[in-house]
Amino acid sequence: MSNSSISVRKFDAVIVGAGGSGLRAAIQLSEGGLKTAVLSKVFPTRSHTVAAQGGVSASLGNSEEDHWHWHMYDTVKGSDWLGDQDAIEYMCRKAPEVVVELEHFGMPFDRTDEGKIYQRPFGGHMSNFGEKPVRRACAAADRTGHAMLHALYQRNVRANTQFFVEWMALDLIRDESGQVLGVIALEMETGEVVAFHAKATIFATGGAGRIYYSSTNAFINTGDGLGMAARAGIALEDMEFWQFHPTGVAGAGVLITEGVRGEGGILRNSDNERFMERYAPNAKDLASRDVVSRAMVTEINEGRGCGPNKDFVLLDITHLDPATIMKRLPGIREISIQFAGIDPIQAPIPVVPTCHYQMGGIPTNFKGQVVAADGVPVKGFYAAGEVACASVHGANRLGTNSLLDLLVFGKSSGDSVIEDVASGEVMHQDLPAGFADRTLARLNRLNTQTGGSNVNETRLELQRTMQKHCGVFRFKDMLVEGVAKIVEIEKEVARTEIKDKSQVWNTARVEALELDNLIEVAKATLVSAEARKESRGAHVRDDAPDTPENPNGRDDANWHKHTLWQREGSSLSYKPVTMTPLTVESIALKTRSY
Amino acid sequence: MDERERINRLRWRCTRRAMLEMDLLLGEFLERIFPTLAPAQAEAFIVLADMEDLELWPLINGSRECADPVQAEVVALLRDVRVK
Repeated sequence: MSNSSISVRKFDAVIVGAGGSGLRAAIQLSEGGLKTAVLSKVFPTRSHTVAAQGGVSASLGNSEEDHWHWHMYDTVKGSDWLGDQDAIEYMCRKAPEVVVELEHFGMPFDRTDEGKIYQRPFGGHMSNFGEKPVRRACAAADRTGHAMLHALYQRNVRANTQFFVEWMALDLIRDESGQVLGVIALEMETGEVVAFHAKATIFATGGAGRIYYSSTNAFINTGDGLGMAARAGIALEDMEFWQFHPTGVAGAGVLITEGVRGEGGILRNSDNERFMERYAPNAKDLASRDVVSRAMVTEINEGRGCGPNKDFVLLDITHLDPATIMKRLPGIREISIQFAGIDPIQAPIPVVPTCHYQMGGIPTNFKGQVVAADGVPVKGFYAAGEVACASVHGANRLGTNSLLDLLVFGKSSGDSVIEDVASGEVMHQDLPAGFADRTLARLNRLNTQTGGSNVNETRLELQRTMQKHCGVFRFKDMLVEGVAKIVEIEKEVARTEIKDKSQVWNTARVEALELDNLIEVAKATLVSAEARKESRGAHVRDDAPDTPENPNGRDDANWHKHTLWQREGSSLSYKPVTMTPLTVESIALKTRSY
Repeated sequence: MDERERINRLRWRCTRRAMLEMDLLLGEFLERIFPTLAPAQAEAFIVLADMEDLELWPLINGSRECADPVQAEVVALLRDVRVK
């Protein structure tokens, strides 16, 4: 296949991804009169935003006094001061507006008796600059993400957004000046490769949690936007920061809620010891997520893990009255039976710390414009949601800020596109000669590879390497070894072989192309983590412990800066954290403690 | 659409879903149980796989009943799936 055989479709804007941020951006564009294409690997309401249950935060003050400035303070503190304060101020100030808009789009929020949006407390959200918990999370029962996606999708239907469902974007198109001119994509139903030629391209492809062996992320989260950006020479920011949950079912990743330990569940090692008594004598199994996760990893690393590979610990509720389990934890019993093959009334559940959310991503400003390493916006390129790094979550995300992020920056990226198109800042440029050469060479290599590596086995090797060498608790030597291993795995990814060479519905091809994206994210994560010689937020190193000079292992003098990883040469550079908000005073560095 | 294409499309729709739980369950079902189903049950499974996760999950965990008896048979089989 050559460039001349690729059909070209012209749009004002193309959005890749139809989860919360993609759909929110699409509303701005379609209602703003732009001819917009939205590409998605799945039907929009099957996006992973559905899995967000907790809520969306906004200082509406419906139940008690609240203020966006308090929300901002909590977010800066939660980020362990790695979040950019201009973007954080922007997000927290915009929160009430985007939540009320969503209500007008038909979102069925829970209500107070007076008919206002009901708000509940959520971890890390406080009033009066960290004084006491505040009710700030707006929810639709335990299906907030699902309800949000439906409201946004319906609004898009009304606005005549054009969806391309079961299409996979493969690569960005850039010209010599670096301007982004659209994407090349594959239609799964036909196997046809098409160029979407656009004035503006928004990435809303979500996270890449599938780089880990144990992940709560659905299979769809393969970091396609990150892979495409990296291959197109865009740096990835702060990729060492991943949020983990302590108790996912070993092997499956399905979450076991903290409520199990709240009901009396105990973590045990291979000696049947209640090991949390050693790490947190008072709180024991109910210590904070990071403390529990680190203790679990230490037990596994020191050889006290369970199972044939000694790679998990046990969550034991066998001492509880079966009637209590049936009454208070029925869902957990079913999950354990289906995903671990164990009835927790009779035997303990195998669990491991499990990857949940990616804080880093494609660097953007608060307008949703992608910014190059030199700080200048990349013409024609925008990103929002988990794929983007604005950076509002910094080194650690607060619960309910992810749904807020995708609403605020989905909208702001859409507004930026409208502004840039109207001003003539971006317009259709001719596609450069050979614009699809790299993509076609990649597809051709896959079609003709013989004697190559197996896609599933290579992906599994990648995931196990990430879990072992760059998980929730990090060790210097393991990180160094991990970098060497991932370089070897990259060689295998470059020679994957698929037996099925057909065009129509070739899922083997799509999975191989997803692996091309996973490897970029895995490299970025490992190389960035190995280099950052401090502990901050979700990045915790054994060799950067809590000392009086560096509380919690955080080393502001040397490491209060954003990482930028470039695919070319797998090289790193750094940029300062924006400490100047838009209108208020800077929130000065201090020790993060709750 | 030939058989390979039909199965691959179904595989995509079973393993690229909103929730990890459903990727795991439906993927496992498709590999191990689906080939053993009677034609009417296979049709019922395709209808179930087209549902959204938050429609299907209550059927699997028993908080909602299936109206259709063949669909109920398939849901019972789904409920018995153990992910390896």
